[in-house]
Amino acid sequence: MSTETIEKKKESEPLFSKKNRKLLKDPLNDDNPITVQVLGICSALAITVQLKPAVVMSLSVVFVMAAGNIIISLLRNMIPQRVRIIVMLTVIAALVILVDQVLKAYLFDVSKQLSVFIGLIITNCIIMGRFEAFAMGNGVWKSFLDGVGNAAGYGVILILVSVFREFFGTGTLWGYSLIPDSWYMANGGFYSDNGMMLLPPMALITVALIIWVQRANNRKLIEEN
Amino acid sequence: MKLLHNVIDKFEPNFEKGGKFEKLWPLFDGFKTFAMVPGHTAHSGAHIRDGIDLKRTMFTVIVALIPALIFGMWNVGYQHYLALGLAGEMSFIDNILFGAIKVLPMVVVSYGVGLAIEFAFCIYKGHQINEGYLVTGMLIPLIMPVDLPLWMLAISVVFAVVIGKEVFGGTGMNILNPALTARVFAFFAYPTYMSGDKVWINTSTREGQSVVDGYSGATALGDLATSGSTQYSAMDMFLGLIPGSVGETSVVMILIGAFILILAGIGSWQIMLSGVIGALAMGGIFNLFAEYALSPEQQAFMAVPAWQQLIMGGFAFGIVFMATDPVSAAQTAKGKIIYGFLVGFFAIMIRVFNPAYPEGIMLAILLLNVFAPLIDHYVVEGNIKRRMKRAAQLQTVNA
Repeated sequence: MSTETIEKKKESEPLFSKKNRKLLKDPLNDDNPITVQVLGICSALAITVQLKPAVVMSLSVVFVMAAGNIIISLLRNMIPQRVRIIVMLTVIAALVILVDQVLKAYLFDVSKQLSVFIGLIITNCIIMGRFEAFAMGNGVWKSFLDGVGNAAGYGVILILVSVFREFFGTGTLWGYSLIPDSWYMANGGFYSDNGMMLLPPMALITVALIIWVQRANNRKLIEEN
Repeated sequence: MKLLHNVIDKFEPNFEKGGKFEKLWPLFDGFKTFAMVPGHTAHSGAHIRDGIDLKRTMFTVIVALIPALIFGMWNVGYQHYLALGLAGEMSFIDNILFGAIKVLPMVVVSYGVGLAIEFAFCIYKGHQINEGYLVTGMLIPLIMPVDLPLWMLAISVVFAVVIGKEVFGGTGMNILNPALTARVFAFFAYPTYMSGDKVWINTSTREGQSVVDGYSGATALGDLATSGSTQYSAMDMFLGLIPGSVGETSVVMILIGAFILILAGIGSWQIMLSGVIGALAMGGIFNLFAEYALSPEQQAFMAVPAWQQLIMGGFAFGIVFMATDPVSAAQTAKGKIIYGFLVGFFAIMIRVFNPAYPEGIMLAILLLNVFAPLIDHYVVEGNIKRRMKRAAQLQTVNA
């Protein structure tokens, strides 16, 4: 990474200037797509029951978003204003189909679990939002960073929620059982999994709790009224 | 009383600004005002409409709950010994002792956990202690099955107080009834411990004891929802000699509570009455259309006389103690009637149409809690519109 930075020093702006780092870092906390902009909630509810699909979903979105942002940024001066939404949809659809086929080929189980939700990445508001708000007006490198940053911000929340839900809902993480069998009441123990965690409302409540903690700790997000 | 006063006065400087336990002031203030009527009054404007404050209100509700609690304890013991075939030999005291051993820990856990969270929030946010939990803490054990493990109860209480109340800003700001939030959480989180036919009666046995043959622990409501018939007579249901959540079984005791609430002017009789009417209306509709039911079980349930729906399950308890919660219910006079009617209406509808959720009153009240502000909004809007019209008419007449 460092050699690259030195080579590009002739340009007006270094590759990882403060501004560019901000593009990458902001969506992780101050401008998180899920907890601050409250976008992409639907998929956060649907696929966070277990950790594995959530991670796969996050990676898929990182890929679609980064690649999509690059393509849109490259095309941004050629796209007629009036049909830009259609062009964006075509780009996302192509990328999503690519992801879907790869998952079906190499991770069939997970792909089955995610079912339509990979296809529904197309409708993920975060992606369209970033195309429209960022890639249409910025260079390739910046758009790439923005795409990765926002997708990562989305992924972090997805993973947090799914860890919480999988652990308390089924007592496992990544499919590995963490709670000894003898603890369960069926085996004479004292513990029982929390079925509520597996229901969609609990995903909303978990996201809400994350928002609560984040807002309490982040001065920038405290609203004045 | 004098002694208590002296003790409180002695400790007060420690908790005041600059004192040793300054941070714990809300805690101290909470205890002080609970023990004695506070000496200070509101600073601006006139607020007092009555000689009663929130703590006295809460205390009245607790008093109204006591008959149901005592009967609940007795019934826990009675049902236990009935299941073991020993009911004939056991005295009133035996029953109530066994029940107390089972129920009191639930009460202690509910209060302990709930108040601990409440106090923690008060100290953290630096506001006074809200007394809202006094009633909630008593309601929660009364609406849980006796065999619910205590740690599940504790988690439900945590959920109810934090997500149901504190998130919205504490007592008086909650949208949902906190006690029902606890129950609905436990119901969906641990369904096997909250429904079915194993949880309502404690059947733990000691040496030489065994559960009687052909014994079924299902509640009257559960029986009807699954098979369309029940072994319990209407009189048993009215008196409360049936299995069920701790405090909900006896309609007689709940009626005594309702009487206290209405007499003290704390519970809204409009909500209770319209709730009963709503339930009778839905029950009546079901009676009329029973022949069109989808299955024989459902048909039998739909054909249950409407008045019997009132004395089964948690309906009476819910409509008297939960639907009338002054915070989460509708506030306007007309709104209360609509709200109560719909609670009763939906409670019976859910219980009959969905055998998986026989306890319709819980879901109906929570649903209407969410709709209460909307109902109020339209009542107020309608009122404004009517008066505007009248004013406009007067103007044209005068002009």
